[in-house]
Amino acid sequence: MFVLHDAFFPVPCSLTKMNRTPIIFLNVLVIATCGLVYELLAGTLASYVLGDSVTQFSLIIGIYLSALGIGAWLSGFIDTGLARRFIEVEIAVALLGGFSAPLLFLSFARLSYFQVVLYAIVLGVGTLVGLELPLLMRLLKDTLAFKDLVSRVLTFDYIGALVASLLFPLFLVPKLGLVRTSLAFGLLNAAVGLWATWLLAPLMKGKVTGLRLRAVAVMVLLVMGFIKADSLTKLAEEDLFADEIIYTKTTAYQRIVITRSRAGFQLFLNGHLQFSSADEYRYHEALVHPAMMAAGGKPHRVLVLGGGDGLAVREILRYPTVESVTLVDLDPAMTKLSAAFPPLAELNKHSFADPRVQVINQDAMIWLENAVAPFDIAIIDFPDPNTFALGKLYTTRFYKLLKARLTPEAALAIQSTSPLFARQSYWCIMKTLEAAGFAVRPYQTAVPSFGVWGFALARLQDFAPPTVAPSGLRFLDDRAMQGLFASSTDTSPVPVEVNRLDNQALVRYYESEWKRYE
Amino acid sequence: MPSKEPSSQLKPTTVDLNKISPGAKESSPSKLENPLLDSPPLPISPSPLLPSASLTRRELLAAFLGLPVALAACSATKTPSLPQGEIVGASNDTGHRLRDGQHVEVAADHWQRVKVVIVGGGVAGLAAARKLLQAGVDDFVLLELEREAGGTARSGTSPLVAYPWGAHYLPAPMKENVALVGLLEEMGLLEGKDQDGEPIVAEQFLCRDPEERIFFKGRWYEGLYLRAGATSDDLAQFDRFNNEVKKLVAWRDAKGRRAFALPIANSSDDAEINQLDRLTMGEWLNRHSLTSPRLRWLVDYACRDDYGMTVEQTSAWAGLFYFCSRVKKPGDDAEPLITFPEGNGRLVNYLFDKAKAKARLGFAAAEIIPIETNGRAGVDVIAVSHDGETSRGFHAERVIFAAPHFLSRFVIRDYRDQPPAHVAEFEYGAWLVANLFLRDRPKDKGFPLCWDNVFYDSDSLGYVVATHQRGIDRGATVFTYYYPLCDEDPKQARQRLLDKDWAQLADVVLTDMSRAHTEIRSLVERLDVMRWGHAMIRPRPNFVRSAARREAAKAYRNIHFAHTDLSGVALFEEAFYHGNRAAEEIVGGKQ
Repeated sequence: MFVLHDAFFPVPCSLTKMNRTPIIFLNVLVIATCGLVYELLAGTLASYVLGDSVTQFSLIIGIYLSALGIGAWLSGFIDTGLARRFIEVEIAVALLGGFSAPLLFLSFARLSYFQVVLYAIVLGVGTLVGLELPLLMRLLKDTLAFKDLVSRVLTFDYIGALVASLLFPLFLVPKLGLVRTSLAFGLLNAAVGLWATWLLAPLMKGKVTGLRLRAVAVMVLLVMGFIKADSLTKLAEEDLFADEIIYTKTTAYQRIVITRSRAGFQLFLNGHLQFSSADEYRYHEALVHPAMMAAGGKPHRVLVLGGGDGLAVREILRYPTVESVTLVDLDPAMTKLSAAFPPLAELNKHSFADPRVQVINQDAMIWLENAVAPFDIAIIDFPDPNTFALGKLYTTRFYKLLKARLTPEAALAIQSTSPLFARQSYWCIMKTLEAAGFAVRPYQTAVPSFGVWGFALARLQDFAPPTVAPSGLRFLDDRAMQGLFASSTDTSPVPVEVNRLDNQALVRYYESEWKRYE
Repeated sequence: MPSKEPSSQLKPTTVDLNKISPGAKESSPSKLENPLLDSPPLPISPSPLLPSASLTRRELLAAFLGLPVALAACSATKTPSLPQGEIVGASNDTGHRLRDGQHVEVAADHWQRVKVVIVGGGVAGLAAARKLLQAGVDDFVLLELEREAGGTARSGTSPLVAYPWGAHYLPAPMKENVALVGLLEEMGLLEGKDQDGEPIVAEQFLCRDPEERIFFKGRWYEGLYLRAGATSDDLAQFDRFNNEVKKLVAWRDAKGRRAFALPIANSSDDAEINQLDRLTMGEWLNRHSLTSPRLRWLVDYACRDDYGMTVEQTSAWAGLFYFCSRVKKPGDDAEPLITFPEGNGRLVNYLFDKAKAKARLGFAAAEIIPIETNGRAGVDVIAVSHDGETSRGFHAERVIFAAPHFLSRFVIRDYRDQPPAHVAEFEYGAWLVANLFLRDRPKDKGFPLCWDNVFYDSDSLGYVVATHQRGIDRGATVFTYYYPLCDEDPKQARQRLLDKDWAQLADVVLTDMSRAHTEIRSLVERLDVMRWGHAMIRPRPNFVRSAARREAAKAYRNIHFAHTDLSGVALFEEAFYHGNRAAEEIVGGKQ
């Protein structure tokens, strides 16, 4: 990319005699690029996970730059064996910088440590990178005049910065992803270190075998990291998601993936989008408030089945009369993530920290068999019925179990997939609710991330749909509330079977309908 | 008639029964030589019938699973490891001792008077007990050889889920089966009746969808009929077969009776239908030019599943009974299946609960002696405890013999001396059942895990999943594996099963399971085995509709017979029917 001519470095010395000086400036370029890439990685991950990118980038840049200063200052204490120290620092940067993104990914799971790990890594990498240039300049001080030395080292340093800042958003993040970018640059760093054992050999006393072995060992580790990177995020998976994956976890029940885009972040369970932070308010307001208002707007005991993202609970907690919210979600990893993953916890307004909220991690159907307390409101927010295990949560048996746990005045809302894309599935849910003895009011709204989305509002006796919305919502006002219950021709009822445990009609409808869009 | 049993070669043994009682021993692969786990019927004295020691692994696997599987499994350099486990249940020794006519003395003060003694605590005996109690007769005892009631409908429990050891489903009865509908109603399984008066079984007790799948060439397919890759001729034959079934479902005799009804006693005895019993099911298919391998596989599977016999062995009457008796109207689906995690264990546990106070578990009837004192007929029953230590005598007015009929000639004194011809007609198949406790589920290719999971290429019936009906869809589970031994000679089948030890049978089960689940050995934490020597009556041609079978059901002196084998097929419905019938014979006789 950058062709260096001998004419550019016309100085006599042991290094220049062997034409090595220009190549050493290539080192400067690589070091500078790597250093900035690590900084960008840390900044990106921090803003993904902690949100508020202005603060995060300022903090990371600040810490990184000051760490460079620390490194430069520390270089003053190194008096002997400059070449050897330089290579050691190079190998250390390769190790720490190379593993920075995987380390940060792993520390998501234990979020209390995330910030500690983040700032420690930035500080460490910055310090090491800060050590490099002064050492290199001192190595070259006898081969170049001071003005040339400063001019060329800084030139390549800033070119490196440019290379990094162009490569990072245009190529590295979209093609390699954060983890592999980090490992790849670690490898590059280590390769440069290894190469330098030959380049700087004339300046080193004694054997260099130990140094080379260390460099090779670090490279082997990084290659292994590359191979293992699939367990953090799979390359195939990265192709699957349009946006950068910032969190993945395979739990006993499902694969959780969070991606980040310009519009916000998205939660996927087993590859199916659950919400996008950009428009989830439309979905969750539509899911929660019609039931709340249908039951009089003064709920006391609320049951949430599914909804481990805590976003429905956020809407429920707007009502001051709520005394308790019982949330039953299968996967403890999901509810813990919603409580502790900062962007998610912010989005659900830390609803899991509210003392009125009780989380139970159990299969909703098995829980219902033993549940006792009657509820005023039930909000059902299960993933779409795309497996038999999920399909059972939409059966007459399930709704009958639920019915037995409701007060006579209770209202119930169910997310019911798309009445447009999966029309039979949608009406199958409505018909099943009716077969279980509920009076049902189907309703729908547009959620840009999903398309036209359907819900069921159900009560134990016939009822009129609600006409007023609580104040202060982003999407629903009185007119929008009334609009939810308007019907449309292309989503009107179709003849369907009732979904029972012993026929699982819904899963079969759903599979045949969504197949057309996959 | 000579005995069908190999009694002449079997010597009474003096094995300490405690040592092989269920749960007493835990075996491991290293305990292969443990004589207590080897071949319970004759473990101590050297015997020419003990071939297992000399059997190589390849021979063993080939005998159960066929040579290709055996060769493939044995190509690995080392023998794969086995999980924990043991042989459970079925007290072969006590049974064999009684068969061999061990003499039991009862002290004079150990005799008591009762109205009725019920011999056998399986479905028939428990149904009879319930009926007696309903009729206000509570002066009876029920003797059960095993320490648990339930017969082949028995079940087990684990902290995760209960699981079956044998029979594991009951097709929802039609309204005509009043007695059985009554039982289900009493148990709270029904939600009322539909407009035709047919009982509605509550959804949660019907087998949850997806019900069954089949493994073929590396992939699972939904259902039991293999549609994938079927030719148009295959499908045409399948349709023709279904049309024949429809015709038989619609068929009525002059008295308006169905060709195949449950209980079988309500079926037509018209010659046109009865003559089906002269053919094998295979011959019947041939006569209808039904040669499609897939279709024959399906029918063969049905015969093996319900009767433990191949399509070439089963009576065509019995084979068609399977397809026709559970369909209300031509073209309807078969009645849905009622099932529980523990299979029919739920039903027998309910029945047992009602009769618990009357039951003597671990007590076998050693001798049944019809007597006549002062012109009054009665029956003396001598019972012996499981360990052979304790004996009891009962002066009974009546006996309900609710044990398999072949036992009658070993315990009924008159039959011992002069067995009626019909007794020898009762043949029983042997079954291997295993429960596999998995820490997690295997990964699947194709259709997901169902309740019933069948291997197309195996002589086994595959496995049912205990957690399916419980709604536990992830993580640890229990698979119940079934293998009927369909040898032509049931005696040989029994021998072939009973001379294998736990490790051999566990290896057979795991090797068979590996066809579809290569990682099964790493998932199974425990594997228990049940060897049912006399699991099911064999409905072979000229037996099901025979005079011998009808004769056997007739009361002898004051002994009333009640067992599913009297119907020629092993079904809950039939056992329940005969239990009720026998009890009614007594209750009716009183009135």
